[in-house]
Parts: sequence; C-alpha cells; structure tokens
Amino acid sequence: MDAATIGPQELEQHRAYLLRYATIQLRDPDRAEDAVQETLLAALENRAGFAGKSTLKTWLTGILKHKLIDQIRRQSREQPIDTSPDAEGESEGGDFDALFKPDGHWETFPQAWADPAAALENRRFWQALEACSDALPRNTARVFMMRELMGMDTGEICKELNITATNCWVLLYRARMSLRECLDKNWFGRK
Amino acid sequence: MLTCRQVSLLLSQAQERALSLPERLGLRLHLLLCDGCSNFRRQLEFIRAALRRYPGDGD
Repeated sequence: MDAATIGPQELEQHRAYLLRYATIQLRDPDRAEDAVQETLLAALENRAGFAGKSTLKTWLTGILKHKLIDQIRRQSREQPIDTSPDAEGESEGGDFDALFKPDGHWETFPQAWADPAAALENRRFWQALEACSDALPRNTARVFMMRELMGMDTGEICKELNITATNCWVLLYRARMSLRECLDKNWFGRK
Repeated sequence: MLTCRQVSLLLSQAQERALSLPERLGLRLHLLLCDGCSNFRRQLEFIRAALRRYPGDGD
C-alpha cells in the first residue's frame, strides 16, 4: 500500500485496534476516543508521509502514541500522581505480604504456565488481560502501560509524570506482581 | 542467600536497570535452586512479550 491509496476507509479498518490500545493506556473511553479521532485525522492529513516501509497499522500506532502522550500530560497536570506510601490504597512495605511467608518464601510457589504461546492467539486471553489491567490501581496501570505497551523507558516516564525512578520501579513491581497473580488465577490456573 | 521475595523484586528491577554483580550472582544462584522463582521469571518475561503484542490480532 502506498500513500495515494490511503483514504478514510483504509484508516477506519484500524479504528477498533487503535481504540483498544488507547483505552487500556488511558482507562477513559472519551479520551481514548479523542486520541483515536485525532490520530486518524492526522494520518489523513499527513498520508504523504507514509513511506510504506512499515505497515499502515504500525504507522498509525506510532501516531497514536504521540496523541496518547499528549493525553497523559493533560491527565497528569489535572491529577498529579500521589507517591505517598498510602497512595493507591497499598502501604509501601505491606504490598504483597499475603503472597510471601514471613521468611520471604512464596506462600504458593509459582507453577509453570501451560502453553503461553497459545494464549497469545486466543482472543479471550486478551480480554482476560484487559480485565486484569482494569483491576490495577489507576496510577500503577498508567505507569505500567507507558512502560510495556508504549515501550517508554523509566527516564521518559519519570519526566512525563514528575516522579522519581524509585517510585516508578515500585509501581512497575506492583503492576507485574498483580498482573501475574491475576493471570495465574483467571487464565492459566483455570481448569 | 536471597529470599524469594527479594528475587521477585530484583527480577522486576532487572527489566529496568543494570543489576550489580553481587545482585546478578545472587539471582543466578537462587534461580538454580528454586523452580518457583524460575517459573516467576518466565512469567514476567511472558507478560512483557504479551503487552508488546497487545491487543493481539484482534483487528
């Protein structure tokens, strides 16, 4: 596909994909819709810039990432991240006390997940992942998605959200622990 | 010897920063001996890989 053949119809085919991407990052359907709308409009205006080196989907995702960062900046201006120990309803040290024995061993040793590659091909797995992400505290999810979905590094995230690297690592650890636990229970552990 | 709890934290931090030599050695030793933490490590890697492919091919 080259730039000349990109019209509103070709772009519309990617709307659902872009909307899911925006929604899991922003957790705000209206803002996600705005970001996607802006993305499709910008793509149409700048279609001459589409070199055909990447797929249209990859190109659109790149534009969407910029729009999402704009939205995240707006969100973080309106609601700065509270990094006090009690923020997000979890205390600093007591985060995962239930998962570990007092001597630091796992309460339940993690069991190997069966056929994780197959999960990636299963539509319902992605829904389970979305549900697990929705269950994360808001700021924890925001930082985690900036890191893992958008592929930003810790330095960029700290700068955008005005938090320290240490805060960032704490939130990422919480997110990973919670998501692992949730996927273990709700996807890989189901029999 | 690192505890499983410390290992879980280091495995998360390993995705963010270069670990020190003592941290790396402690981690390797623990993972050699602990299947639970080895499973945990693979699961963190899977979660990272999955998010890079989100939302799958659902378009």
